[in-house]
Amino acid sequence: MRALRAEAPALVLLGLLAVLPFLGLGEGWALTLLARAMILAMAAVALSLLVGGAGLVSLGHAAMMGFGAYAVVILDDARIVEAWIVLPAAIAAAALFALLTGAVAIRTSGVHFIMITLAFGQMAFFTATSLAGYGGDDGYTMYSRTEVFGTRLLEDRLAFHYVCLGALAATWILCRAVLASRFGRVLRAAKGNPMRAQAVGFDPYPYRLVAYVIAGAIGGAAGFLFANATEFVAPAYLSWQRSGELLFMVILGGLAGLHGAILGALAFVLIEEWLSHVWEHWRILFGAGLVLLVLFAPQGLSGLPGQLARGLRRPARPKVAEAGHG
Amino acid sequence: MAEPILRLLNLTKRFGGLAVTDDVSLDVMPGEIHAVIGPNGAGKTTLIHEVSGVIAPDSGRILFAGRDVTHLSMPRRARLGLARSFQITSVVPAFTALENAALAVQARSGSSFRFFRPAASEAALNGPAMTALAAVGLDGRAHVPAGAMSHGEKRQLELAIALATEPRLLLLDEPLAGAGPEETERLIGILRGLKARYTIVLVEHDMQAVFALADRISVLVYGRVVATGAPDAIRASAEVRAAYLGEDDVPLAEAAAPC
Repeated sequence: MRALRAEAPALVLLGLLAVLPFLGLGEGWALTLLARAMILAMAAVALSLLVGGAGLVSLGHAAMMGFGAYAVVILDDARIVEAWIVLPAAIAAAALFALLTGAVAIRTSGVHFIMITLAFGQMAFFTATSLAGYGGDDGYTMYSRTEVFGTRLLEDRLAFHYVCLGALAATWILCRAVLASRFGRVLRAAKGNPMRAQAVGFDPYPYRLVAYVIAGAIGGAAGFLFANATEFVAPAYLSWQRSGELLFMVILGGLAGLHGAILGALAFVLIEEWLSHVWEHWRILFGAGLVLLVLFAPQGLSGLPGQLARGLRRPARPKVAEAGHG
Repeated sequence: MAEPILRLLNLTKRFGGLAVTDDVSLDVMPGEIHAVIGPNGAGKTTLIHEVSGVIAPDSGRILFAGRDVTHLSMPRRARLGLARSFQITSVVPAFTALENAALAVQARSGSSFRFFRPAASEAALNGPAMTALAAVGLDGRAHVPAGAMSHGEKRQLELAIALATEPRLLLLDEPLAGAGPEETERLIGILRGLKARYTIVLVEHDMQAVFALADRISVLVYGRVVATGAPDAIRASAEVRAAYLGEDDVPLAEAAAPC
């Protein structure tokens, strides 16, 4: 019962995404927007596993999506468009990049980890801009979406919506299981008190590295979907701004659970879209709103209901320390 | 005579020009409680850090159960059976007491590269973890987050974590630090209960506790061991009294009173 209540926010969000196409959001543009939001949510959930679960604040997560997206492009150029080849390739490419860069980055911590992941991300970005055969700076337009067993399943907007939803749900289930497992417990302990974890016999390094590779692999899968959603891939997908946006989605949603990342990504994409129609200089409003949220809702959107309830019940009550992913 | 479980051979550690550990040689015999006492700044915590692997000595060797562990990392030493507590309480605040202890059980039972099964419901981890909590009287508080516990309870929990690793040697760095009179009494009771079953190196300022618990005492002054012996011999030693400088009649005289 208690376990079910903890899962309720994520289940509600995923359920909502499942019925939205039938609630007047079945239009092409709405589905395009939702697909984008769900794919970014997938990457954000993986990033939340790192930030909230392992305490690894990565500013290079967009590079993982980029590796997945460029794997699609490079295979597309070679006319290899079967999902069961392309998807594993996208995942493997991102996971390998995560393994190689993580092996170095995880030797550092705190600000240094942020800077080194940023540096690796920028290396990937500039590598992408130099890929003249794949459009260089201008990006690469795909011949068509990836095929699934030779069918054009992903071309159908509604089908693609549910593929993205399925991928997001699978990501959430996987990351949740990982966090609750023995492995995740070591990860969380090493975040909460690294000295204690070492004193009972755990060297945090291999656990953090494996978590980094898992998050990278999921990022690669998200990149695969992102390339198919836009049928276009450009170096901007790997930009540090995109990494920053992903990190912001995670913080916007809140770190108290993985559902925060889903909520954060959906809110980020939808607010961005709405504001950009309201005012030309919408970024000013967007930025101000984000600052206010961080100031007044440090637990993010997912922590807001609890925060409001506490505020109403007892205004002057001291803050209770949140338990994080534990 | 039995082999010592822990041997420190000519251990030296300098911070700049200051020898914090100065040619320390020490044997800890299986089953004993070996207390390390000394004035503030004598290098007691540094010594514990060196033995547990937090800091590396400049020279000298550390033999644990006949094996040279001088260059092993802290996690490796922990897996060999060297458990420690910290002067400043060190638990995972977001974890419940049970999960803190279960983490320690997990370190010695099977691989922790398991990704799918929820660890919280693993009986193989929770059983021994509950036993460790019961050994320090915390079994009734198993599901309380460690961060929400009182100082004394956290000290008990830290002991339970150390016990849950099934250690061959316990390094306790001031387990009574910061505890109130009642908590101190309870903690001494718990330590006395461990006495028969564990080998313990005890660093402690509370002289009553030290003289009540220790089988042997080593006195550390300015990084040097000035005396090692049975409590009575240490209490009577003029050298030890002199080493405590002006403090001589304070801690030892107090401890000399029957308790």
